[in-house]
Amino acid sequence: MSLWEYANPAKFMALSARILPILAIASSCLLLIGLFWGFFLTPADYKQGSTVKIIFLHVPSALMAINAWLMMLIASLIWLVRRHHVSALAAKAAAPIGVTMTLIAIATGAIWGKPMWGTYWAWDPRLTSFMILLVFYFGYLALWEAIEDKDTAADLTSILCIVGSVFALLSRYAVNFWSQGLHQGASLSLDKEQHVDNAFYFPLLICIAGMVLLFITLVLIRTRTEIRSRRLLALRLRNN
Amino acid sequence: MWSIILRDIKLAIRSGGGFSLTLAFFLIVIMIVPFGVGANLDLLSRIAPGLLWIGALLSCLLSLDRIFQLDWEDGTLEALATSPIPLSGIAIAKATAHWITTGLPITLASLPLGYLLNLNYEAYFWLFTTLAIGTPTLSFIGTFGAAITVGIRRGGLLLSLLVLPLYIPTLMLGAQCVSKGTNNPLELLALISAISLMCIALLPFACAIALRANLK
Repeated sequence: MSLWEYANPAKFMALSARILPILAIASSCLLLIGLFWGFFLTPADYKQGSTVKIIFLHVPSALMAINAWLMMLIASLIWLVRRHHVSALAAKAAAPIGVTMTLIAIATGAIWGKPMWGTYWAWDPRLTSFMILLVFYFGYLALWEAIEDKDTAADLTSILCIVGSVFALLSRYAVNFWSQGLHQGASLSLDKEQHVDNAFYFPLLICIAGMVLLFITLVLIRTRTEIRSRRLLALRLRNN
Repeated sequence: MWSIILRDIKLAIRSGGGFSLTLAFFLIVIMIVPFGVGANLDLLSRIAPGLLWIGALLSCLLSLDRIFQLDWEDGTLEALATSPIPLSGIAIAKATAHWITTGLPITLASLPLGYLLNLNYEAYFWLFTTLAIGTPTLSFIGTFGAAITVGIRRGGLLLSLLVLPLYIPTLMLGAQCVSKGTNNPLELLALISAISLMCIALLPFACAIALRANLK
């Protein structure tokens, strides 16, 4: 019994059909508990007031925005090395979810930023690297759409994902040099997680766990859709 | 490999595109900026490093789709793929030819254009050095983008969407290095060189994978 068994689409479909309801229920429960705890049962911050509570959406979505790309990278590598179709389809399925997570992170950050920093947007290293991540997602999705042959598309997007990961990482650190000249210090991007109090820490952990499960649930659903549409295509080709 | 480089350079020059078109585009991009932001010399000298770098990026982008497109259409690329040279070697040759026909002239032309934008005197050296080291990166990344989009009809717009994000680190470091002038730009120069060397060493293999997927 190895993990690679589930590279077989039929086995993958059977397994994912069985665990999807459990995952969906678990993720919605965790998110509901975490968000309720975070929004209503935690005290307001002495400096930031109640705006601090947006952290319960912001941090999990920002984490998942990056982890979605990481998952795409791993799935792309598996496709290039072992040629499992499910892997390529899972990478394709994860990209729009990653875009959504990135947008949620940027939007919640902007909503928090207006009262705290006095601006919705600043060219701060972290904000900028998220914008860059968004552009990388767009390029990846556009490439999937542009190529007709499915296997070629999977090959090319995989190699783009790998090269893109390297350059996204490079941009993340190049940005630090670039914004030194514009910003006075990086006071804006305080490392929230390490400074956060225990009262915020536990609901935040629950929210992050919920978001991870939500991501897995959505990826599974979208991968199943991709597999089904691929089967439909094959059926249609056979009938013609 | 030399013959591929020479052939590409000849094609670029004789088809009337190559040098002159890229340089004319570079000139126009730099020329229209004062029309847009006004002819204030202080302002121009402040934004000159970034503008020259962005101009270089855009001019480089123009000729990218030609790297593989024609060879793909008339089947030369398939013939090249069956030759004893590995595909990654062909990618290196193509990228080198692209650099000689765009990166090199851009680097040389940036100096007079810098004068037009009232660039600081001490910045000329850094402008020339960063462009000389940074433009090979642009050519190699561009060749990778061209290899990915070669099978797509009207892939030009997609090519820009894929390639420009990959240019971001080079652009940031390059423009930053020029505008810092004498204020310790060496560490930035080291980073630009590192990115450049990494691109030259690794991207040809990515190009080869992309070309092989397209030729299948």
